[in-house]
Amino acid sequence: MDTLNFIVALGMAGAMAIMLARLFAGPTLYDRVLAANSFGTKTVLFLLVFSAIAGRQDAIDIALLYALINFVATIAILKFFRYRSLEIALAQMSLRRAVEGEFDE
Amino acid sequence: MSGADLTQFLDYTLIAMLLAVGFAIVRLRNLFAVVMLTGVYSLLSAAWFVSLDAVDVAFTEAAVGAGISTVLMLGAMLLTAREAEAPGRGRHLAAMLVVTVAGMALFFAIPDMPVYGAADSPANDYVGHSYLERTPNEIEIPNVVTAVLASYRGYDTFGEVVVIFTAALGVILLLGFNTGGARRREDEE
Repeated sequence: MDTLNFIVALGMAGAMAIMLARLFAGPTLYDRVLAANSFGTKTVLFLLVFSAIAGRQDAIDIALLYALINFVATIAILKFFRYRSLEIALAQMSLRRAVEGEFDE
Repeated sequence: MSGADLTQFLDYTLIAMLLAVGFAIVRLRNLFAVVMLTGVYSLLSAAWFVSLDAVDVAFTEAAVGAGISTVLMLGAMLLTAREAEAPGRGRHLAAMLVVTVAGMALFFAIPDMPVYGAADSPANDYVGHSYLERTPNEIEIPNVVTAVLASYRGYDTFGEVVVIFTAALGVILLLGFNTGGARRREDEE
């Protein structure tokens, strides 16, 4: 069972390396955002397999925290590039745009 | 092979990826890619901290390094250019010299460090041992680090929290979040 988990973890590390290559090369911004988000997901899975190999339950908590932070960070980055600001809440932004009639186009 | 032997190889993979990300951060000139890579770097180092059994450090590194500081870096990038200028040759050489000297000093210090897991290392000697013995009876919680931070050195932690709160309050009062910035931008438009 350990050997199987180890092979899965190595495969996960290989997938992480591929995401890294896309992060280094990625010609556009969205390639990099997608690669970073996917890399975070791979880290979560890697940590879960790692906790199974090492027999350490507390790594699962860390993996859950990573999943949450990864999501929030991706939203923050995308919001930053959509609105050039982090100050105003997303809901408020779309409301203002709807009032100004920018969604009609 | 047992679990401990296998996790050793996973450590090497993580360290190799950390090294690759570090070199890429130095080489890339696109600042957005560098911000993304610093987030990935702290994510990787936090995963490595978990495998080193430093779960508390990994928690902090994940929350601060991958979460808050990525957003702060993006905010800072808004105020500067998108591409970094390539530094001249002379600065490369000077930086290389400083890094070589500092690295040699660190290697010189390695033999003075205690062996990994040694019983007579400073971490296992002195007060650390009595904390381990007394925490289950006196504080009655399983995590010794939490017991030291919140109970044995509670006043110390309280002082740190007050200092950080005061610093944040000062920065907010000086910069004026949510009022000055938004209004100024609307005036410009």
